[in-house]
Amino acid sequence: MLTIDQETYDAIVAHAKRDHPDEACGVVAGPAGSDRPERFVAMVNAAGSPTFYEFDSTELLALYKEMDERDEEPVVIYHSHTATEAYPSRTDTDLAMEPGAHYVLVSTRESGNNEGPVEFRSYRISDGVVTEEDVTVVDRLPD
Amino acid sequence: MAIEVRIPTILRSYTGGEKSVEASGATLTALIDDLEANHPGIRERLIDQGELRRFVNVYVNDEDVRFIGGLDASLSDGDQLVILPAVAGG
Repeated sequence: MLTIDQETYDAIVAHAKRDHPDEACGVVAGPAGSDRPERFVAMVNAAGSPTFYEFDSTELLALYKEMDERDEEPVVIYHSHTATEAYPSRTDTDLAMEPGAHYVLVSTRESGNNEGPVEFRSYRISDGVVTEEDVTVVDRLPD
Repeated sequence: MAIEVRIPTILRSYTGGEKSVEASGATLTALIDDLEANHPGIRERLIDQGELRRFVNVYVNDEDVRFIGGLDASLSDGDQLVILPAVAGG
């Protein structure tokens, strides 16, 4: 199960809506081993595409060095789908390289850039196997 | 010649869980051969049909190797090498 606070949830949704119709992407980092998504980091989609996302390689290195220094890991890796459901594509599954992360998918196909409903779903992806999990949104993460 | 190589989580099964290993080589190709000698299986995760895999990023002293010669990039003692899988999808 993914437990995420409302402010971080809202930040992910806002990013997805802002970048629609291109895919938005980013991470929520947290202390290694804690399973706590604490630090929201929006990333640039270097692909700038409605059907693909890729973290810019220089920013990717900077992000991982920063997480390393802070003893963090990517607790959540999120991206949006802008015309399809919030379910990992074949490409998402093939390229998922963080088996410990919660892969969050947001679909903006109904809302576009505007107010309106989005799908927000979370998965584990390991060795090509996708397992959906429940998402619990809380006011703040428990101490 | 010792070069520190940072190993991403997904490849630590090849390094006995180590986050960082030492390897040597005058080029990236030679270094990956040396890694393979000590950590069998790792080369195939980095190279496909003689090319660096599209969704594997390798950095030498913070420079993406794609901009400094790819597999032919030359390496020196004390260089720092980081391997990171791309974060990408569709």
